[in-house]
Amino acid sequence: MPDQTKILCVTCPKGCTLQVTHAGKTVIEVKPGCKRGHQYAARELVDPRRMVATTVRAMNAVHPLLPVYTSAPFPKARIQELRAALRALEVPAPVKMGQVVLANLLDTGIDIIASRDLAQVD
Amino acid sequence: MTRKDKYDVVVIGAGPGGLAAAIAAKQNGAEDVLLIERDQELGGILQQCIHNGFGLEIFGQDLPGPSYAQRFIDDTLACGVEPLLDTMVLDITSQRRIFATGRHSGFVDIRARAIVLAMGCRERTRAQIRIPGTRPAGVYTAGTAQRWVNVEGYMPGSRFVVLGSGDIGMIMARRLTLEGAKVERVVEVMPFLTGLTRNYVQCLMDYDIPLHLSHTVKRVIGNQRVEAVETVRVDEKWAPIPGSEEIIPCDTLLLSVGLIPENELSKKAGVLIDGLTGGPFVDDTFETNVPGIFAAGNVVHVYDLVDWVSEAGRQAGISAAKFATRIRRRETGLVPLRVGDNVRYVVPHQVNRESLAEAPVRLQLRVKTPIESPVWVEVRNRDHLVLRKGELYARPGEIITVEIPIKAYDQVQLADELTLAVVKR
Repeated sequence: MPDQTKILCVTCPKGCTLQVTHAGKTVIEVKPGCKRGHQYAARELVDPRRMVATTVRAMNAVHPLLPVYTSAPFPKARIQELRAALRALEVPAPVKMGQVVLANLLDTGIDIIASRDLAQVD
Repeated sequence: MTRKDKYDVVVIGAGPGGLAAAIAAKQNGAEDVLLIERDQELGGILQQCIHNGFGLEIFGQDLPGPSYAQRFIDDTLACGVEPLLDTMVLDITSQRRIFATGRHSGFVDIRARAIVLAMGCRERTRAQIRIPGTRPAGVYTAGTAQRWVNVEGYMPGSRFVVLGSGDIGMIMARRLTLEGAKVERVVEVMPFLTGLTRNYVQCLMDYDIPLHLSHTVKRVIGNQRVEAVETVRVDEKWAPIPGSEEIIPCDTLLLSVGLIPENELSKKAGVLIDGLTGGPFVDDTFETNVPGIFAAGNVVHVYDLVDWVSEAGRQAGISAAKFATRIRRRETGLVPLRVGDNVRYVVPHQVNRESLAEAPVRLQLRVKTPIESPVWVEVRNRDHLVLRKGELYARPGEIITVEIPIKAYDQVQLADELTLAVVKR
């Protein structure tokens, strides 16, 4: 007997409510929603992930912090581990947008990317 | 100091609206564009909106705020817009004179042929929603807290209650949780969520932060510092329901209770404000009631997506460039001649408006392709025909001469440009 689960999609600002019919963790049907929504629903059942945007310490920069984000959605259950790992990090200015400030975080294959340029100050 | 004392276009505010306006103005005929920003860097509030979700409409990508801003900043600098940072505009007149001041720029007094107002909006504060109780430290707007946490590196507290379920409030609830604080509650006076559903999911549900709809803060408790807030359920008329009070211990109350377009400067310039939106009345070119003063972005009305702010800025920038170009041509007294259908070139390239006061002006042109039948040589001011002369044929090897007669003086005075064409009769 298939299960019914409601999932609120966070892929885009529309925020659709997806009605997911599934047997265990195998998706049978998702409606309504788009292709990206269907991918989101399938993953949300087995391995929920989120984009994470946060800050790390910057050195010799115009601001004390550098905004960063994950190169891909990160496992939701491990977000606090991510924060702990980033607290230890200090990035020297200058920084360019898109620069990898930490590669393969916690062996997930996901990088931490600088969100902006950060100029150096003396 | 600014490089000049008169600019084609001056944009006030370098957030998403102002950046897009400055780029569009420069790319659409404005010779010089000055972008005035009170912060020490370009980008505006996007620099503190480090969360992702920006740019899906314009770039088809899910970007953090600073990345979205960086793309426009790079374009702004690449196309030759002059930024004036750390400078606060004090006054604007309806004659488009601008007074500003800054630590490095000193006192600035400049004139603009066109102005784009892009000051954005500001947050509603405690005073504007009249929360009773004491006046301790620890009551902040969500955006102020966002600036501290994301840019300046301060935590405003450790135990929070957030009033308002707008996007900034929910996003800050998640952000503070990630930084180690405890968010006890998000309280919303309306019976529904006021922000985006995706933010409810990924900011509140993901972190088990409770949301209480149809609730508000009845009282702030604490003397030196917030010690607790008292919440209460409200009926459909927002009246507190006695007996539903709850005291929530906390040290900080964040307010995410709406944004108001920032129009103090607009009013000084005589711009009329719509009481409903809080922003200027604008036409479809984003021009206000004051000629040559345009407005775009959250200064006009508060948008929910930044992509639309950029698009409005772009439109306003194009309109401002057109206006400025028209004014500049009148100042110089020159009307450019443009080539239209089947015209390869025309000499002269421009005509002095006053020349016709004394004598006809002779134009000489060559066609691109031969027409071996009778033709009209036409000179038009937009759709309006200024002059038409017949020729039996038109050949690229033979120059065609026409004269603008003295009687066309008034039409040339009013023209932005004149277009020549050679067409079959």
